[in-house]
Amino acid sequence: MSKLTTVRSNASERDASPHAEPLRGPHFRIDAKQDSPKSAPTKWLMEARDVRKSYRKGAVLVPVLKGVNATAGDGEFMAIVGKSGSGKSTLLHLLATLDAPDGGEIHFEDRRIDNLPTTQRDGLRNREMGVVFQFYHLLPELTTLENTILPAMIGCSVTQFWGKRRALRRKALDLLEQVGLSHRLKHRPSELSGGEMQRVAIARALLNEPKILLADEPTGNLDRQTGVQIMDLLRSLNRDRKLTIVMVTHDSAIAKEADRVVQLVEGRVSHA
Amino acid sequence: MYKLLLCVRYLRTRYIALASIISVTLGVATMIVVNSVMCGFQHEMHKRLHGILSDIVVEAHSMEGIQDPESLVEEIRDEIGDDLVGMTATVHIPAMLSFKVRGQWMTKQVNLIGIDEKSYANVSEFGKYLLHPENRKQLSFDLHERGYDPRLREAGWAYRRMKVAQERYYEEQMRKLEAASAGESTHETVATATTDEDSGDDLPFNFEIGQDPFLEADEENDARTFDAMTQQHVGIVLGIATSNIRHRASDGEIVDLFLCKPGDDVKVTFPTAGTPPQAVSANFTVCDFYESKMSEYDSTFAFIPIGQLQYLRGMIDPQTGAGAVSSIQIKLKEGADLNAARDSLRERFPAEVFPYRVQTWKDMQGPLLAAVQMETTILNILLFLIIAVAGFGILATFFMIVVEKTRDIGILKSLGATSRGVMSIFLGYGLSLGCVGSGVGMVLGLLFVVNINRVADVLETITGREVFDPTIYYFQEIPTIIQAHTVAWIVAGAMLIAVMASVLPALRAARMHPVEALRYE
Repeated sequence: MSKLTTVRSNASERDASPHAEPLRGPHFRIDAKQDSPKSAPTKWLMEARDVRKSYRKGAVLVPVLKGVNATAGDGEFMAIVGKSGSGKSTLLHLLATLDAPDGGEIHFEDRRIDNLPTTQRDGLRNREMGVVFQFYHLLPELTTLENTILPAMIGCSVTQFWGKRRALRRKALDLLEQVGLSHRLKHRPSELSGGEMQRVAIARALLNEPKILLADEPTGNLDRQTGVQIMDLLRSLNRDRKLTIVMVTHDSAIAKEADRVVQLVEGRVSHA
Repeated sequence: MYKLLLCVRYLRTRYIALASIISVTLGVATMIVVNSVMCGFQHEMHKRLHGILSDIVVEAHSMEGIQDPESLVEEIRDEIGDDLVGMTATVHIPAMLSFKVRGQWMTKQVNLIGIDEKSYANVSEFGKYLLHPENRKQLSFDLHERGYDPRLREAGWAYRRMKVAQERYYEEQMRKLEAASAGESTHETVATATTDEDSGDDLPFNFEIGQDPFLEADEENDARTFDAMTQQHVGIVLGIATSNIRHRASDGEIVDLFLCKPGDDVKVTFPTAGTPPQAVSANFTVCDFYESKMSEYDSTFAFIPIGQLQYLRGMIDPQTGAGAVSSIQIKLKEGADLNAARDSLRERFPAEVFPYRVQTWKDMQGPLLAAVQMETTILNILLFLIIAVAGFGILATFFMIVVEKTRDIGILKSLGATSRGVMSIFLGYGLSLGCVGSGVGMVLGLLFVVNINRVADVLETITGREVFDPTIYYFQEIPTIIQAHTVAWIVAGAMLIAVMASVLPALRAARMHPVEALRYE
């Protein structure tokens, strides 16, 4: 958080309009990361340490994760692969603090996050993480633009939002332009194709300038070609913004795009 | 912010929820209508009840009355002081009113009230309810030439002269017939019985005339010299329903049939003062009608000058010449505290010592006012239960919506929305549904109240049945009063119910586990 603040204050010194500069293009974040003194000592951004999780199915306790250790480096594009039921989605949910592990720890930026109070986890998820799902998960009542701004709306109170609404709108428009959806602003999700919906979801995930993007089968519901487009988008985000991405997929062809592949087999990381 | 946005979006896209609050809308509308009408009735009743009763009444227990009203009046003046506006003495006694209809005597039970025509109108709205416009300004017990209410058609002196002339003509004709058939004795008796219209001396009431030799002599004397063409008896003001028959003609019009009118003579029989009371009768000429539109009053009241009544009942002390009265009516200033004045009078004239009873007009009509109040309360409770039932409809619909929105709740939570935020979406949604429901209900209810008489007319033409029957209440229209605070309470109550009905579904939404909610298909 302090890093972002530094950047913003620098920006406001450079430019009379504080919001115009940081939003100008995708290269801004690269500069920011390079300028930031704090990013240098952090070798890893997120780490799972001996994470265990089991689900109760009736009377039987089904272990899903049996002690997973995984680390996502800062600016790394990591893929978690595994068969259906290997626990990869569960791991992602745990990383996103959507669920709490039964055992083990999850660390983010040098602090443990799995045992934080709910409201703090909610805030963390809102500000520091972007999440993308297989089924896009856009709100059907909202337009493309509104869906994109949604994380900012969740993060601020009415008055805060009202004060920043122009800047946020411009930021959302910018992001939608980057994902190539400037012409679909007023459309509802039901009027969009799968690829378009996923791109809206990615734009939404990036709105609050997260440090990490967690993607759960982002291409799983798309045809090959659209899937490739989405992968290109993620790839360029990782490259241009130095955005850390953790992606879960069952498709090894997709996983090859990543810098590093972690394989989950029956709830454990396989080093094969 | 997202809460507001989503509330508004849900409101605009979920029509099923709007359907679920129709019951709230109707409940609110009904409650507003019922309260306005009840309030209107209550107000009208208060007005009418208070119209005839003065603010405070000091009433004697006995029929003898208060022997020395002058000093009592002075003491009351001292006691109440500044708040006092007017005072008048009256004599109330039960009496029998008889008048001749088509040759037969009709008798009615009435409350005969002796009033001081100068001051009585000051203490109550008595004057307002008289039919003749002159009497409304200042009551006079003299018959007017004409100018009575058009419903009465002919009334007054012109009517009296015409009627007397007619009767005399019939009498003349009868006499001629009698002379022609002088031999038949049976005819003769019948004829004598029917010819006498105005002279009181050989009416069937003869036996009732009291023992007082002065009274009898006076009456005989009166009968001998009395000319009905140019003279009248002492005037009497009758309640309009004592002598009228109200019915509905075949075309639905309400028709009033007056059995006696201003200009006719009536006979009143009442008890004298003293033990045991004796019945006395006297003739009076109807000089006006009294129409308060309270059927209880209109059908039982008859007013005559208090001096005449005191004289006839023997209430005048032969030594001092002061007349006893049965009650003193007191009028206080607008806004004066009636109960406080009553209590101070009660303290001054404790019921253990004095033979008086001090009551406000509300005390006197207590049970009736309480009954209306109770009806209003019960209706309100019942109607509010209807809205409460509607609340369960909202509850069910909301549960459905929460289930339907499970995935969206998961999405919001995955984007960092707090449980409280999710909960407030649904509470806010409930509140806004309540606002819409009760707002629409309020508008509907108010429109209905404003146009209630037109609605009644329309219903009448459609169903052919009269919705509001003026013959029952003597109101021409349904009275309504819209009280802003009542409307506000109803609307607030309905909104509260809508919010309360959304609490459980909102809690359920808030407690949803994000991962499970996201998996939900």
